[in-house]
Formats: sequence, C-alpha cells, structure tokens
Amino acid sequence: MTDDTPTLQVENLETHFFTKDGVAKAVDGVSFSVGRGEIMGLVGESGSGKSVTGFSILGLVDPPGKVVGGKVLFQGTDLLSLDDEGLRRLRGNRIAMIFQDPMMTLNPVLRVDTQMIETVRAHDPSVSVDEARARSRDALGQVGIPSPDERLRAYPHQFSGGMRQRVAIAIALLNKPDLIIADEPTTALDVTIQGQILYEAQKLCRDTGTALIWITHDLAVIAGLADKISVMYAGRIVEQGALDEVLDHPAHPYTRGLLGSVPGHNTRGKRLYQIPGMTPSLLKLPKGCAFKDRCPHADQACEDAPEITRPVEGRALRCVHPQVDLAGVAS
Amino acid sequence: MTVFIIRRLLQSIAVVLVMSFIVFVGVNIVGDPVEMMVSDEADQAEREKVIKSMGLDKPWYIQYARFIGGALQGDLGKSFVYGEPALQIIAHRIPATFELALAALVMAVVVGIPLGVYAGLRPDTVGSKTIMAGSILGFSLPTFWVGLMFIMVFAVILGWLPSTGRGDTVELLGIDVSFLTMDGLAHLFLPAFNLALFKISMVIRLTRAGTREVVHQDYIKFARAKGLSNRRVVLVHLMKNIMIPVVTVLGLEFGGLIAFSVVTETVFAWPGMGKLIIDSIQSLDRPVIVAYLMIIVLIFVIINLVVDIFYSLLDPRVRLSEIKS
Ligand SMILES: Nc1ncnc2c1ncn2[C@@H]1O[C@H](COP(=O)(O)OP(=O)(O)OP(=O)(O)O)[C@@H](O)[C@H]1O
Ligand code: SF4
Ligand SMILES: [Mg+2]
Repeated sequence: MTDDTPTLQVENLETHFFTKDGVAKAVDGVSFSVGRGEIMGLVGESGSGKSVTGFSILGLVDPPGKVVGGKVLFQGTDLLSLDDEGLRRLRGNRIAMIFQDPMMTLNPVLRVDTQMIETVRAHDPSVSVDEARARSRDALGQVGIPSPDERLRAYPHQFSGGMRQRVAIAIALLNKPDLIIADEPTTALDVTIQGQILYEAQKLCRDTGTALIWITHDLAVIAGLADKISVMYAGRIVEQGALDEVLDHPAHPYTRGLLGSVPGHNTRGKRLYQIPGMTPSLLKLPKGCAFKDRCPHADQACEDAPEITRPVEGRALRCVHPQVDLAGVAS
Repeated sequence: MTVFIIRRLLQSIAVVLVMSFIVFVGVNIVGDPVEMMVSDEADQAEREKVIKSMGLDKPWYIQYARFIGGALQGDLGKSFVYGEPALQIIAHRIPATFELALAALVMAVVVGIPLGVYAGLRPDTVGSKTIMAGSILGFSLPTFWVGLMFIMVFAVILGWLPSTGRGDTVELLGIDVSFLTMDGLAHLFLPAFNLALFKISMVIRLTRAGTREVVHQDYIKFARAKGLSNRRVVLVHLMKNIMIPVVTVLGLEFGGLIAFSVVTETVFAWPGMGKLIIDSIQSLDRPVIVAYLMIIVLIFVIINLVVDIFYSLLDPRVRLSEIKS
C-alpha cells in the first residue's frame, strides 16, 4: 500500500434485499473513496441507502439483505473477500461505526464500562482490564461526558439520548480507528453539543489521519465539516465532488432540491423549497431516472436511466440535464 | 431495594393468609373425616367424643382461628392415618420431591436453553425444525403416558435404568439425596427427565422467541460492529437479554414442578410429597392434605418473591424504577 492509496475505496457496491415482494436494490452501484484524514459527507433523504452502504462496508448486512457485487477496498484489501474472523479483527478496531439510533445501540443490561472494556480487549487481549478502563474513561472525557469515572459504572438507561450517542462515539474512538462511519451521529444532540462533536471529529481526522464518512440527511451539518460529498438517491450516487464545488454549483436537480431545503443566508425571507413528492419505494422505481417523477426538469431524455458522467476532474453526476455548466465553471 | 423487598414481603403474607382460608374451607367441605376415624359400630357418644377431640363441634371461625394459631407455631395437626404431626410427615418427604424438581429444572435449562438459542439463531435449518417439532411433542404428550413409555423402553425392554424408588441415598447437610451416588443418579434420571420434558419444551420456545427478537436489535449489531467474537455476542450480549424472561418463567414454574411432580412420582413410585398427597387424599387424611396444600402455597409465594428480587437484580431498569417509586 502506497501513501496515496485511499483509506477506503468503494467500487460499484451493490447490496440487495431479497424480500417477498421483490428485490430492493438498496445500494445499486455506489462508488466513492475517502483518503487519510479526509471527511466525506454521504447525503440523501430517508431510505436512499446511506445506512445500508455503511453496513455493507463492515459486512453487517443482515438477511434478507446481501452484498451482491462490487469492491470495498480498505487500505488496499477487499473486505468482501475477507472471512468472518478477518472482518471481525477490523471491526471496531481499524473501522468503527456509530449507529443511527443512540437509544438502541447500547446493550440495556450491560454497564457502560463492560461495553467499552470489551471493545478494547476484543482486539488486544494483552491490555489489562484496568488499562482498558482507563482508556474508556479518557474516551468518555474526550466526547465531553462529565465525571466519566462515575458514568462508566452506569447502565445505558441512566443516560439521555444525547449522552448515549456520545458514549457510542467514545466507543468508536477507543481503538483509534483508521476509518469511522458515522451514521447521523449528531441528530439526537442539541446544537451546542453537535458543534462540539463536529469540531472534535474534524480535529481527530486532521490530527490522526482518520478517514471519516459522515452520513446525514442534513446538508447544513455537513457544510462546515466535510471535504467532499456524495449525494445518494434511491440506492445510487447522483452527484459527487468536493464539498465547496457541489454546494456552490450543484448540478443535479436533487442536490439543488436538498440545498433549497436548507436555511441559509441567501434564503432569508424566502419560503424554504421542498422537493415535491416522496422517495419512491425501491420496489417501484420509475423507469429511467429514479428521480424523474419529482424532477422539475424531467423530459423525454430522462426515460433512459442516466449513466454517471464525470464532466470535470473529481466530479461525478447522474443526470442528462445538468443545471450548471460544470466545464464552464471549472475553467 | 429494601422498600421493594418489604413491600413484596407484605404482599406475600397477605397471599398466604387468603390461601390458608381457601384451603381451610375447601378441605372442610369435602369428605367427613369422622367417618374415617370411627369404626362403623361406634355409638353416638363415641362419635361425639371424636368430634370434640378434633374440635369439629366449634363454629367454623373458631376452628379457623385455631388452625391459624396452630399453623403459626408450626402445628398443622396430626395425621389421622399415621398419628404423627402432619408437617413432620411432609417435611420428611420434601427432599425427595425437591431433588426431583431441581433435577428437572436443571435439565430444562441445560437442554432447553442451548437448543432454543440454536433454533433462534438458525431458524431455517433442519436441526431447528426438528427441535421445534420435538418441543411440540414435549408439550402435547401426557406426562404419565411418557413416563410409562420411558419405563417400558429404558427399564423393561433395554434394562438400562431402574424405574422405581430413589436408589441409594447419601446424607448431604442432614438431608438424604440420590444424586450423589451412581445408583441414585440412575434412579433419578428417568423421573426427572419425565418431569422435565414439558419444561424443556417451554424453555426451548421461550429461548427461541427471545433469541429471534433480540438478535435483530441494534445493540447486537453494534456489538458485532465493535469486533466482538460471535461467542461473546451470543453468550453475553444476547443471553443476558433473553435470560430475564426465561429465568422469570422458570422460577415461577418451579412451584409447578413441585405440584405436578404428583403424576411423575406416582408413575415412578418416587417417595416424595406428590405420592404422599395421593395416598392422603385416598384416605381422607385431612391434616396432611391441608399441610401439603399450605406448603405448596408457601413454596409458590416464596418462589415468586425470590424471582421478583432476582429479576430486579438481572434487569437494571426494573431496579431503578423501583428505587424511584
Ligand atoms: N431489512 C430490510 N428489508 C428490506 N429492505 C430493506 C431492509 N433494510 C433496508 N431496506 C431497504 O433499503 C433502503 C435503504 O435503507 P437505509 O436504511 O440505508 O436508508 P437511509 O438512507 O439510511 O435512510 P434514513 O435516513 O431513514 O436512515 C430502504 O429504503 C429499504 O427499501
Ligand atoms: S435525469 Fe432527468 S429526471 Fe433525472 S434528475 Fe436529471 S433532469 Fe431530472
Ligand atoms: Mg439510515
């Protein structure tokens, strides 16, 4: 592995759910890469396949779901070809994930210290329990939990949702992973804490070279944080690029819709735009472009599913009617 | 916690009192013990004497008060048949029944939980389907019939295991037990398994249902995402969650095991309380029946109490809400 090998490179990932009513292509040919110390925002409405993408990377898709294609290269190794033990060694160690629902991620009948210490010792049994406890305490302190010594001995139900999410974040940090997949980790937190966590996350990535995938449906969260962004719709990447470029020159109607629904300085006094309609069911996607039924620019050309195009270096787009002339902007 | 225990204790005492009344009334309206006590040729005067000596000439509430008063001092009357204190006769038989019930409980746990977890984790395998089919059999076949079949197959045809009695016993803390001698174990196996069959099926179903539910919880996925071994995920994260309902139900069922050992004890001539109560009912030995029923009530109440406390220890959420209230 050379220095410029990205920490994670996902290529054409496909994860399907084989349900009674048909095959739901929850992740349908997703590609992206995250380098050392880089932060990628993975954005999309509910049901667009963000969480399933995260679980696919870790090999944690439960039946009826299954990763059916693609590559997940972590520091050059294809995770999809690893056996259970190989994956287990990476999980929680080199790759950590923070789950979406903080109320459900901690085991209700185990004390917080148990759940933290086991995470350390699962990957390095030579660490003593006391040492692991000390590390756990430091990790709790790092995410801003007051009197961590005392809190270690508590049960999850003695924490608020926000506190639990911070514990989950602390657990993710325990083994100083090379990649963190954070699935909407700040939705349960109040704004101040959210800012603090975002700041900490950013600092961690810059200082330690940890790569971060930050999953969210809220572009505002990502705006001050990420280096690049991938926008997902119905299991596919529809737009991808450096954060500033995508936010300043969104080319996909869906991205523009998402941006329109974020309050910002230039929207003051105007009504926030809402993308009309709802995310279609994966089992009943329209023919052609999946966004067609909700897109103000849809026409005959959209009847054929648009392929990914790369109008300029580092930018990907899946739309036959880009809303900005990317080549023009770039020059 | 202390408040919680005291409150449960008071509730338990109330239950025992109410039950004692029901038992007293219930037993007093079935059969006429005087008929059993006096010979057919006895004259009226003799009958009166017996009635008086048994306190049956007094109104019911005096009788009840005496009964309670006696019970509080550990006196539940003398057996009409053996002439010994009823409590003593039963106490003598308790160890055998407890041993049988405990052995059945251990079997239910040791066999039922692993099978249930397996069936819950891999619901679609042939093994799981076999286990589930077996558990339906265990539920629906009548205990006495299975007991007789066991005797026929293992004792009569194969001659592997003995079918009656407790075998050799040794004293453990002043109590006779079978399970510490090979002969005793051999005698214990069939009746215990017979008694356990129903509970094994129940534990399998409970454990499987619990496993199926818990295995899909986020915290199990998160435990896997932390890189824990499957072993630890199942044995600690999953088991600790499913143990709560299983322990509760099993604990509560222990009383049932004791009460329903009647059938098994009769089939295998196991010299426990169950066999005693059948004999006593046949001879209308009222004090023994009353004493037996009271002891069963007491056992049920104590088990409930212990299970409640145990439950609160296992599940921190219960403990906390109790402390708060
Ligand atoms: N267990 C499952 N069975 C069938 N389909 C599933 C299952 N889990 C996920 N899916 C499908 O995968 C799609 C993507 O789900 P995913 O959880 O990744 O969405 P998401 O982008 O994370 O949304 P949210 O913002 O609500 O978390 C869902 O719309 C659903 O169709
Ligand atoms: S391809 Fe057509 S329908 Fe799809 S987003 Fe572009 S313009 Fe809209
Ligand atoms: Mg999600």
